[in-house]
Amino acid sequence: MSAFKDTMIITQRQLRLLTRVPEVLIFSTIQPVIFVLLFRYVFGGSISTDQPGGYVQLLMPGIFVQTVAFTMAGTASGLAEDMKKGLIDRFRSLPISQSALVLGRTLGDSLLNIVVLAVMGIAGYVVGWRPTSGALSVAVGFIFLLLFGYALSWIGIFVGLSASDARVVQNVSFIITFPLTFLSNAFAPTTGMPRALQYFAEWNPVSTMVAGCRELFGLENQFGATAGSFPSENPLLTSFLYMILIMVIFIPISVRKYKRSSD
Amino acid sequence: MKSVIAEDLVKTYRNGAVRALDHLSLDVEEGTVLSVLGPNGAGKTTCVRILATLLKPDSGHAIVGGIDVIKHPEKVREVIGLSGQYAAVDEILTGWDNLVMFGQLYHLGKKASIARAEELLERFSLTDSAKRPIKTYSGGMRRRLDLAASLIVKPKVLFLDEPTTGLDPRGRQEMWRVIEELVKGGVTLLLTTQYLEEADQLADEIAVIDHGKVIARGTSDALKKEVGGERLEIVVESQNIAKTMEIVAAVSGNKATLDEGLRMISAPVSTGATALIETLRSLDGAGIHPLDIGLKRPSLDDVFLSLTGHAAEEKIEEVATTERRKRAKK
Repeated sequence: MSAFKDTMIITQRQLRLLTRVPEVLIFSTIQPVIFVLLFRYVFGGSISTDQPGGYVQLLMPGIFVQTVAFTMAGTASGLAEDMKKGLIDRFRSLPISQSALVLGRTLGDSLLNIVVLAVMGIAGYVVGWRPTSGALSVAVGFIFLLLFGYALSWIGIFVGLSASDARVVQNVSFIITFPLTFLSNAFAPTTGMPRALQYFAEWNPVSTMVAGCRELFGLENQFGATAGSFPSENPLLTSFLYMILIMVIFIPISVRKYKRSSD
Repeated sequence: MKSVIAEDLVKTYRNGAVRALDHLSLDVEEGTVLSVLGPNGAGKTTCVRILATLLKPDSGHAIVGGIDVIKHPEKVREVIGLSGQYAAVDEILTGWDNLVMFGQLYHLGKKASIARAEELLERFSLTDSAKRPIKTYSGGMRRRLDLAASLIVKPKVLFLDEPTTGLDPRGRQEMWRVIEELVKGGVTLLLTTQYLEEADQLADEIAVIDHGKVIARGTSDALKKEVGGERLEIVVESQNIAKTMEIVAAVSGNKATLDEGLRMISAPVSTGATALIETLRSLDGAGIHPLDIGLKRPSLDDVFLSLTGHAAEEKIEEVATTERRKRAKK
């Protein structure tokens, strides 16, 4: 019970940081908004699709997944910053549950994701995104996105604990997430890629997430490559398995690393 | 009763290549202040981190507040406070936010946390800046808030790791005043410092450490005695130097040395003030009027120099560089 309370206090801290430094929220949303505008109005015109409602319908799920994936960098760099400043030492010298700090941070960052996704949803609506599947399915889609973000935040925790400099962490996270989001079906059909990349894109969790969201938002997954492959047939299930896999691996090693972070 | 006992602590880094603690043992009597004094890289911080449960030693035992640090770290955390160069507060949050958050993490409950936060802010003269983010605080204010955060539950044992490093003289004075008040309140304190003056000022006992080992310990006075007793120092006019040296040698029974530039004659004496009086009488008899005369006790700088063979400050630069390199590598 007190472990739960400790976690909530840390989560509160994350949220309070948000109100003290609103720039974090602004920058977490400005970048995806720019992507929306770029893809919708610059590249979108030259990507052909017979999707009713146009490219933006396919684009928005990609943007959502990318947005959620990018917040991982914030989790990682925030934690690295706390380590460097010595704040982690303070927390570790307190009589609190040792996993409360990392747990609280992942929860806090998930709450940040809710806000960011809400902003992105509104931005999408403004540029013409109209999901056709009904409120329930759309809600499930967003819950799915939040879960994905939560799973990824544990990778962020691990990265943040492993490096000592927040800027390095930011760059490393970027180097991981940037290609991952583009080597996928998020923005363009994978069929134009070389064979090996197509294969990669097919199994890329970003692709399965995007495909899953498209399904939940009432679209056909037009940008999938090899029809009939497991991930393109079962994008939701595959994404779900990925999330479980990520958490099964990264929660224990992150908690372990945290407890030994100074050894 | 001993509030802190460390026995034979060994801690190595990089697979034994760096020996941070080399069979370090020390203890602190309840209600007293022990200052762990040593240059950068001597092992002070490693020692505190082990005692504060942040680090596991490779071997050795440690007991804090009667509890085994290695077996029951979670219980030790209930009775200690830690503040210093590495244990910090959240810079984005305000002073008030920080103290309330830590209060809640100590399971005080929201109301009690707020009351305690306000009490501590008042006590450390931070009430006016309570609602400002820590990053706007001066170095001294930040350290005071940091110290306040470690006092939320009135710890039995308080660890202060280099509490004044990096502060300007005023900030240091303020910090000393605050620490002295705490000590009067009866807390058991283990304080690390690289400032000899600080150890002298605040501690009941001093443990000098170098290369991860305690190389001497005792009260400030005892350490100074160990290094050699007092020295008699006399400054005279040039024409009186030869005669004065004879007198000093006769009184002290030791060879007198001369600093020509200062025209200062000095010699170790064992009889203290008596030697001073005898010397003055003889000088008077010889018609010599000293320009200055006094008994000088060795400074802690002298203590360190004589114990380690190198000055405390000399080493700092070099070790700090390797330390930085180590960090960069990590």
